Amino acid sequence: MLCQRCNQKDANVHITKVINGVKTELHLCDECAKQSEDINMSFNLGMPMSFQNILDGFVEMLGGVQKTYEEEVCPVCKMTFNDFRNKGRLGCSSCYTSFATKITPIIKRIHGNIEHTGKVPKRTGGEFKVKRDIQRLKEDLKIAINKEEYEKAAKIRDEIRKLESQLEGERGE
Amino acid sequence: MSDMAWFFSKSSDEGIVLTSRIRLARNINGIPFPHLMDKETAEKVIDDIKSSILDSNSAISRDFEVIKLSEINQNQMLSMVEKHLISNDLINNRDISAVMVNKDNNVSIMINEEDHIRLQVIYPGFKLKEAFDMASKIDDLIEERITYAYDTKLGYLTSCPTNVGTGLRASVMLHLPALTMTKNINNIITTINQVGLTIRGLYGEGSNALGNVYQISNQITLGLSEEEIINNLIAVTKKIVEKEKKAREILLEKQSIELEDELYRSLGILKYARSISTHECLELISKVRMGVEMGIIKDVEMDKLNELFVNVQPATLQIIENRELSPKDRDIIRANLIRKTLN
Repeated sequence: MLCQRCNQKDANVHITKVINGVKTELHLCDECAKQSEDINMSFNLGMPMSFQNILDGFVEMLGGVQKTYEEEVCPVCKMTFNDFRNKGRLGCSSCYTSFATKITPIIKRIHGNIEHTGKVPKRTGGEFKVKRDIQRLKEDLKIAINKEEYEKAAKIRDEIRKLESQLEGERGE
Repeated sequence: MSDMAWFFSKSSDEGIVLTSRIRLARNINGIPFPHLMDKETAEKVIDDIKSSILDSNSAISRDFEVIKLSEINQNQMLSMVEKHLISNDLINNRDISAVMVNKDNNVSIMINEEDHIRLQVIYPGFKLKEAFDMASKIDDLIEERITYAYDTKLGYLTSCPTNVGTGLRASVMLHLPALTMTKNINNIITTINQVGLTIRGLYGEGSNALGNVYQISNQITLGLSEEEIINNLIAVTKKIVEKEKKAREILLEKQSIELEDELYRSLGILKYARSISTHECLELISKVRMGVEMGIIKDVEMDKLNELFVNVQPATLQIIENRELSPKDRDIIRANLIRKTLN
């Protein structure tokens, strides 16, 4: 069959369109097909890639696809790991502990990290906040020393000692 | 209409950075996440969060109004989405969800969205740090009475692991007509994705950038502190603003008459059209806005453009008209509203 547009080359692209029940067929060669508006090679998958899609990929890659493994269930909310895989949402905050071995590598893939370094709840954070502050000051200390800002470094060191003794004190009580 | 004064307000320093937004995701310890929650628990969560704000002694608390999604109509919901006060996910959960909005319409606390709490602060202009400070203050206020789901290692625990850690999504809304017109935006989109940020059109995922307005936000929420996340976003935003300004300069220099023609034609259509779609009109407002910012168009007030940007959108338009409108009627009434505002 010859291309219906140029009538020269063999038609090897066949398009069937059905619009409002009316069927039309079009047979084109490669070249004419490329120029045809009837074929738009960039098509829309209908939905942007969602977290679930990506999650599924991660789980497969991390070897979580053995069909035989026993269904893990979060004892608090009764959600299973497979539910999480399908929904992309965990059931409750305990799921993070219940599925820790499976979820930690996933979190690492998403964020490149598994260690929170940000805000700590003001009321319930307590001791943890002090530890976090010490850690941050130690990093500042390193920077100050590298920059040879010794006066600043000494101040930071004093601050660290103060917080450390505060932590000791709290524990002693 | 003045309740949207914060939106694109004059205090916006650059004009290019329209708004700065901070969103914190928080959950209550010991309660299943919203998608597994029964109605009774949902009610309790709403009540607890409500009283953590309203019963506190803070000056902030007096400003808040509580709206249950089950108690308002579809248009009111959609208009709140258009004003960025709530998300579509909150509407999808309408049986169990609520929102607390402050008087100035710049703080909203969504309850039982994807997480128990989605606290959001939007400020006009480039004010990410200020917005974060405000969000953090309200966060502390809620935490005085509510024990958050928090893990010493992973930070704030969220329904989706993509938000775990800080639970922070910081974003800026940018008006980038020159970068879009010159097609430089594609380049920027690619680059931004490489540095852990994401860029998308104004209204939701997948949609193209209505009115040349883009939203840039952080992807990573764990391992970086809130300050680091915000500083990264600020640094990248500054660069993009520079590029947009540069693109405008080059357009003016090399294609001055074409540009002037395009901008004035846009104004012409807005002033005289008898029927106009949201999409077309946002596109045109964007161009006129750029014309005003560049000093090319002189007799149009920026305030009026800002007002229009919000009011021409379908749900808000119907609320202003106080009735349901067919798409055809909407286009006609939209054109009337624009003519009245600009002439």
